Parts: sequence; structure tokens; C-alpha cells
Amino acid sequence: MEKIATRISYGNALNELVKKRPDLFVLDSDVSCATMTNIFGKENPDRHFNCGIQECNMLGVAAGIASTGKLVFASAFAMFAAGRAYEIARNSIGYPKLNVKIGATHAGISVGEDGASHQCCEDIALMRTIPGMTIINPADDVEARAAVVAMADYEGPTYLRFGRLPVPVFNDAATYKFEVGKGITLRASENDDITIIATGLLVYPAIEAAEELAKEGINARVINIHTIKPLDEELVLKAARETGKIVVAEEHSIIGGLGSAVAELVSEKCPVPVTKLGVNDTYGYSGPAVQLLEEFGLTTAGVIATVKKALGK
Amino acid sequence: MDKELKKRLQITATKVRMGIIEGVYNAKSGHPGGSLSIADTITYLYNHLMNVDPANPKMPDRDRFVLSKGHCAPALYSVLANRGFFPVDELKTLRKSGSRLQGHPVMDKVPGVDMSTGSLGQGISVACGMALSGKVSGDSYRVYAVLGDGEIQEGMVWEAAMFAAHYKLDNLCAILDNNGLQIDGKIDDVMSPNPIDEKFKAFGWNVICIDAHDFDQIEKAFYEAQCKTGQPTVIIQKSAKGKGVSFMENQVGWHGAAPNDEQYATAMSELQATLAELEGK
Repeated sequence: MEKIATRISYGNALNELVKKRPDLFVLDSDVSCATMTNIFGKENPDRHFNCGIQECNMLGVAAGIASTGKLVFASAFAMFAAGRAYEIARNSIGYPKLNVKIGATHAGISVGEDGASHQCCEDIALMRTIPGMTIINPADDVEARAAVVAMADYEGPTYLRFGRLPVPVFNDAATYKFEVGKGITLRASENDDITIIATGLLVYPAIEAAEELAKEGINARVINIHTIKPLDEELVLKAARETGKIVVAEEHSIIGGLGSAVAELVSEKCPVPVTKLGVNDTYGYSGPAVQLLEEFGLTTAGVIATVKKALGK
Repeated sequence: MDKELKKRLQITATKVRMGIIEGVYNAKSGHPGGSLSIADTITYLYNHLMNVDPANPKMPDRDRFVLSKGHCAPALYSVLANRGFFPVDELKTLRKSGSRLQGHPVMDKVPGVDMSTGSLGQGISVACGMALSGKVSGDSYRVYAVLGDGEIQEGMVWEAAMFAAHYKLDNLCAILDNNGLQIDGKIDDVMSPNPIDEKFKAFGWNVICIDAHDFDQIEKAFYEAQCKTGQPTVIIQKSAKGKGVSFMENQVGWHGAAPNDEQYATAMSELQATLAELEGK
């Protein structure tokens, strides 16, 4: 299966988006060759603006551009877009409900060799606390491109999360439909024992895990939640009711991410056990991305083990 | 400046000051000192220079105003109310639950407010974005942003300063209200930002220094800013915190405190006397 990093999808999709929205501004913070907005910048130099190493000012500038009715993407590494510039996202974008799209790349530990200072596993948690902030975490190239292009018609503060590591392109571009806030059921039967809810880089391992578990007689439903906020509550609660147990898999801290969002929801509306697979309240470290994912258990084997643990097997 | 115009602006600025006192007194909290020090400049902008229409506050080609030092909302609200964006009587609802006049300005609640501010250092970045958008799109509007002299201790201000000069945002004019005081005392004692003019010059800005309470100098400065091409302009205005109310002038304690009944009465009678003198009554 072909593998593409979703940051490259992001850069390519901006070139598609500007055809729909010629008013598009793309801002970057001296990392356009890493966030891949340089793919856009090469074709649209008059609409690509480098802000230098100023993530805070960049988000403020983006707010100003959005206030004049233009569509704007501001790009940085997740650590600095969500972390360093959190309060600008909160006060100058979220609070005034401005139509700024934050394009955050290099999320999670799969940043690899740069180590913990650049491995942001807290961004979803931070962004979730901002009222009105939409959070989208695409799973592959097809979904990432569709999500970016969908922003042509989606108004409001939005955080889009992309990765550095090439990941399998499992969605079919010909049939794939992206809708903000709608989860996608990738595998389901009438006698599912458990549901695996995954996002981003963990969606494909979740599919593989379900296939392996089926061989052992365990039926696992698989749901891809690309929009973490607003969460597709209906789909999650249906899975809770029908399968009685949930595993959530994400390349993010177990504090405040999709696992927390699901647990918060079901504990109130349909209490079932929720078992989280994520980064266990710790920092990452340097190493090849694939090796780090294995060491953190963020793999097919990790999902299988988590499902068995949740089922008491 | 034309004598008639100056008289008219002085009268409006006095009414604006009365609105500031009215709001803060009724709220029993707020920031009168820095609001009074910028009253003349904002009065000039909204009543003479800026292309705005109270009947159409979201007019696309309007000039933009960002109160980067958002805690001086009482001044902005009073200017907007006196210009007809909303009733002057509404100033009495400042900071009260249910009022759209929040402690710091909110753009989607108050007609005429172009940006929500309050967290210091962010408004100038937003103003840069508005100016960049206008330049790239070939729009004619200009962008004005008011900063405090304490506010420029925020590092983000200097990111924006670098950005504005780099992108030659000559449609941006910052006004730096140099009243010399911040919450904890004199800016020189707390964390000196001086020399302010040299810093902005070094960052590539056109720098103009004026007396904040002299309409002739205000008019001349904004005219010079409009004529300057290829550079953003900062007007550093030497002001008196609490200007117009004798017991508040240059007193740090009036940064963020409301007058009691007696102080309110004294302040209003002083401003009434100023108004009567201007109106020749």
C-alpha cells in the first residue's frame, strides 16, 4: 500500500483549495519546507506569506486577515501552533469566532528524531478546551486532502492536525466522502464484541487489528473519528449501546484527547468501559518514528493487546 | 487645525470623558486612567479621520480600529456611543452581567468594534493581518491600533513590529499611548521599554512623537502617517494618564479603580465645567 505523510497531503490540498477560494492566504512560520506549504507557495507565491519564527504573531495576523472576510491557513508545528500560541488561538481566534484554519503538522511522537521538545502529544487536549474550536485529525492522504478542501465552505475556528511520518493510503479517493463532525464506520457486524475508535495515524492499525482479532473469533467494530470536536456523539453512543465496550486509539496523550472525549461522553450518556491506547502521560524521545511507535505500543499489535485487555483476555 | 473643528472635537472629547467616568462609576470597576489618556486621539479618529458609518458598522471598506490595550474599552465604547453606534445611555451598563459592553471589547457583540482584545500584545498582530489583507487585495482602508506603553513589554508586540516593517504595511498606523504608568507603578521602574522611539526606528518604522492632548499635533501626525509610503508609522503620544479629571491625572492608582460617589460627582462637575467653557455657556 502506498504511504504518504499527511503534511504532504496538506500542501497539495492547498493548491486545490485556492481554486475554490481565490481569496486564500497561507501563512507559515519558517517551516514551509516541513509543513509542506511550500508546495502551495511555489504555485501561489503572491498568496503565501512567511511570518518567520513568530507563531504567536502569525496567529494574530491570521485573525486580522480572517476579520476582513478572507480565508486563511496558518501553519506551524503542532507544538508551537497549539502549545506556544495557545492563548492567541483562544483569545484572538476562538473567542471572536474568526474563520482561521490552523494547519498544524508534526503532531505526536512520530516526529521521530527531533525528540520530545518537538513531539506534541497535548495539542488535541489544548484545542478541545477552546469553545467553538473544530478539531480535525485526518488518517491518510485521501482524508487529509478532502478535509483541507472542505474548509472552502466550513466557517469558524478550526485546528487541522497532520503528521510527518508517511502512513498507508487506505481510503479510496473515488468513493471517500468527508463531512466535518461525522465519524466513519469502517467495519461493523450485528454481533460486535467491542468497538475500536481510532483517529489519525492509529486508524489503519485499528483496521489491521480488527482483521487479526476476527481470526481469533473476536468481532471488533472500527470507527474512524477524523473530527474530534464536535464529536460524532450519535455514532459513538450507538457503538457503546451495541457493543458494550470501547477502545480508543490515538497518537496523543491519554489525557484530554479523543479517549477523554469518548469517556466523557459515554460516562454521562451510556456508561460502558473505555480503555485508552495513547501516550501514557509521558514525554517522547529521539529515535526513528516507526521504532518509537512500536516502543509506545501505537501499532497494530498495541491495538490488539488493548482490545484483549479490555475484553479480559 | 481649523478652529471650528478643533472646538467641535474638544467638546466631543469632553463628552467622551464623561462617558468614561459614567461607565466606570456604574460598573464600580474598570480602567479610567488609560481611557482618559487616549480619549482625544480616538475622538479625532472616529469623528474626523476614519471612514466609518454608524448605520453600517461592517461596511467592507471602512477604516479599521484595534484597541490593542483592550482594558481601555471605556474610552472606545464612549467614542462609539457618542458617534452614534449605540445609545450613550448604554454606557451605564458597562461590565454588568447581560451587557454587551464587556470589560474588554468584543467584536461580535458591540457595533463598531473591529476586533476583540484584552490580552495585551495581540491587537497589534491582528492589525498587521488587517493591513496585509488590505494591501494584498488592493483595498483602500487604513488600519489604526492603539498600544499602551506598558503593553510593549509583551514580546509579541515586537514580533508584530518586525512583521509590519518587513511587509511594508504603510496602511497601518499604531498609536503608542505613552502615559508612563502601568499597574505596578512607573514603566521605568517596572520594566523600562525606553527608548521607545529608537526601538521602533530600529525595527523599521516611521516614528512621530506628539503631545496626546493637542489636536493640532494629532492632525499633523496622522496626515504625515497617511503620506508615508513603504513603512508603517507609529505615533508616540506623550499623554497624561487620567487626563481631564484633576485628581486622576498622572496618578497610578487610577489605572484600574472606579470613583466613589463623591469622586464621581467631583469628576463630572469638572468635566461639566470644561464642557460649559468650550460651549461658551
